[in-house]
Amino acid sequence: MAEFWTRYRRNRAAVLGLGILFTILFMAATAHLFYPEDPFRLVGRPLSGPFENGFLLGSDSLGRDVASGIVHGAKTSLLIGLIATLVSIFIGIFFGAFAGYFGGRVDDLLMRITEIFQTIPSFIFAILLVAIMKPSIFSIVIAIAVVSWPGVARLVRGEFLSLKNREFVQACHTIGMSDLRVMLREILPNCLSPIIVIGSLMVATAILIESGLAFLGLGDPNIMSWGFQIGAGRTMLRSAWWVCTFPGIAILITVLAINLIGEGLNDALNPRLKERQ
Amino acid sequence: MSTPLLSISDLSILLPDGADRRHAVAEVAMKLHAGETVCIVGESGSGKSLTARAIMGLLPAPHVRVGSGVIDFGGEDLTKVDYERLRNIRGSEISMIFQEPMTALNPVMTIGDQIDEIFRFHVSMPPEERQKRALGLLEDVNLPDPPRIMAAYPHELSGGQRQRSMIAMALALGPKILIADEPTTALDVTTQAQILQLIKDMQRRLGTGVLFITHDFGVVADIADRVIVMQEGLIVESGKSTQVLNKPKHKYTKSLIAAIPRLKPRKARKRSKEVVVETSALHKSFGGGRSFFGFGKNAHAIDAVSDVNIELRKGETLGVVGESGSGKSTLARCIIRLIDSDTGMVKLNGVDITSLKRNEMRQHRKFIQMVFQDPFASLNPRSKVGDIISQGPMLQGIEKTKAHQRARELLDVVGLDSKAFDRFPHEFSGGQRQRIGIARALALDPDILVADEPVSALDVSIQAQILGLLDQIRKEMDLSMLFITHDLRVAAQVCDFVAVMQKGHVVEVGATNKLFTQPQHEYTKSLLEAVPGKDWHFA
Repeated sequence: MAEFWTRYRRNRAAVLGLGILFTILFMAATAHLFYPEDPFRLVGRPLSGPFENGFLLGSDSLGRDVASGIVHGAKTSLLIGLIATLVSIFIGIFFGAFAGYFGGRVDDLLMRITEIFQTIPSFIFAILLVAIMKPSIFSIVIAIAVVSWPGVARLVRGEFLSLKNREFVQACHTIGMSDLRVMLREILPNCLSPIIVIGSLMVATAILIESGLAFLGLGDPNIMSWGFQIGAGRTMLRSAWWVCTFPGIAILITVLAINLIGEGLNDALNPRLKERQ
Repeated sequence: MSTPLLSISDLSILLPDGADRRHAVAEVAMKLHAGETVCIVGESGSGKSLTARAIMGLLPAPHVRVGSGVIDFGGEDLTKVDYERLRNIRGSEISMIFQEPMTALNPVMTIGDQIDEIFRFHVSMPPEERQKRALGLLEDVNLPDPPRIMAAYPHELSGGQRQRSMIAMALALGPKILIADEPTTALDVTTQAQILQLIKDMQRRLGTGVLFITHDFGVVADIADRVIVMQEGLIVESGKSTQVLNKPKHKYTKSLIAAIPRLKPRKARKRSKEVVVETSALHKSFGGGRSFFGFGKNAHAIDAVSDVNIELRKGETLGVVGESGSGKSTLARCIIRLIDSDTGMVKLNGVDITSLKRNEMRQHRKFIQMVFQDPFASLNPRSKVGDIISQGPMLQGIEKTKAHQRARELLDVVGLDSKAFDRFPHEFSGGQRQRIGIARALALDPDILVADEPVSALDVSIQAQILGLLDQIRKEMDLSMLFITHDLRVAAQVCDFVAVMQKGHVVEVGATNKLFTQPQHEYTKSLLEAVPGKDWHFA
């Protein structure tokens, strides 16, 4: 662990990313302390600019506090990003592991299914799924997971393909280990590094998809999110720029931070890059 | 004596901070004359390759760099010359060939284009002239049908052909010095013998000075005029090849030479009547391309093992020898049923295991165990050594404390400290890892051990230790052993019987001493003929 941190620390941008992410996490966790009121509540004069009428970042057309929306929206974004990614990694590992390990017909079948999902444009597919299931946190998580697992499946399949022929795996066969145990106990731990890396990047993509859905009005109507804020302010972009801009910056910074962390994890976990300057 | 082509004095190469030693090599001094072959021998990590790379200015800078010393090449100090000059020297005055010709050649350029490139960079001549010179070169290195080779990509050639092309390229501009870094290590013995002969012929014709890096004393005996022995970055002995090989002075040289398996077959032992493994008409082929959804016939199937009948009797060691692609590893994996054979039978203690279902096979697994070739790939890097060894018995239903107890005993049997139990594989050296692999194979108390090239990835001194260990446990535990190897020296040392494989067929089987003294099949004869250093009878 200490060695991992030394290697991670070598990438300064990644440390910065981690710092930003911790700030956002802190913000999300303490949202109810700084803004104890419901972010949907109308708390002042509509369309006040930043620092006007007691609003830090202004208010929107109905008089809701933009800053309050951002700190409460952080919770939504991070939660959805994390859960959706975990679900899609789970599905991806399942498909990829079986396809790579058993090969042959199983591989053909599972990979054709994966390709069907890959051929559909992911964002449009996500819109379709949410529209069918009615917008809610649950349906959004499912939609994001369904459109993003094929990448994980491909990656895991590749790892399993190369690892299953390694001699240590063959040695497990010679002592009579069952297939499931070989897959879970022997092969999977050895392909965790790339999964962690791709997973961290997927969190960023999931946040983007969630914002996109909320922007189009397909977010959960009871929960404040950055995408919803941008969607609500888009008609007044020229007269009240702050309504869209600050949530937009929040998305930008969060996604950037997560990408930097992903890069740093890749450097730290990939032994071939250990010697890189 | 004439002035040397190359003279190195007091060369030291620095390693990055935090490495296990300060210098990769230190105080290296040597000379190379025209028409002479100097061999640098040493085990892995002795600094022999880095010395060669320093001459070419190919050290992995900035981590590893020359600390001090002079590399004098015709009056110029190669450690001081600027980059432009160095580039001019490389290829035209000093050239180099590498161990693995597949990675040293550019995979997306034809051989012809790659040779052409050398001429274009270093001399100006019209294209037709360059074409003619390239064809001539390929002819010189005895490649069949040079025009075809010119148009071929590296993957279309065999390993030997690739190495010949590399040599053609290296000699394209008539360099004064050829540096060869383990050029035959990745090749089969028969190909190796041809390449060594080729280097010797070319050298005689062109008067090139050859600096030959190798770990194999057999190769040294075949090719060297002078020998330099390196150990941990220092030259421990140097001199005329006859003198170093036959009357080594330094104790390290002596120990290295003593560790080389003798090409003298071991004495025959009494043969048991009990057959433990028997194959009859065993056949396995691998498919070429597979069509959509796996329908349709296999495009071009290759017979990896065809019509193999061998038997292994109790307590004996049966060697399976052959070159790469002969099917010896496939045979071993069919016998231990890591892969399913197509037709034929494998009888294990009288039971045909080819017809067993996967879960039925599990009960028979404990009778036959395997030791693998690559000590770095054969242990799960994320499991502790103790778990690796004890998981076999635990799967067979032995309780955890007993299995752990047994694992500690086995660590002792294979000569490792029982502290190894709680450590991870990466904390061990290649030889130690191979010991762990052997302990794992022994954990189930098998009757039969299948060893697939168990020593080919190890240095010669470690190799001798592992072979000794295998022989000792075979005796103590009354094991029968199937020993796969490409090295006839090793086979001569450990095997009672030897089966020679070529292209999937067993072409000859016989008692080791008989097979080595009176080989019947042409292929066996050519293999024996190609063993490096076979004429060298060391003390």
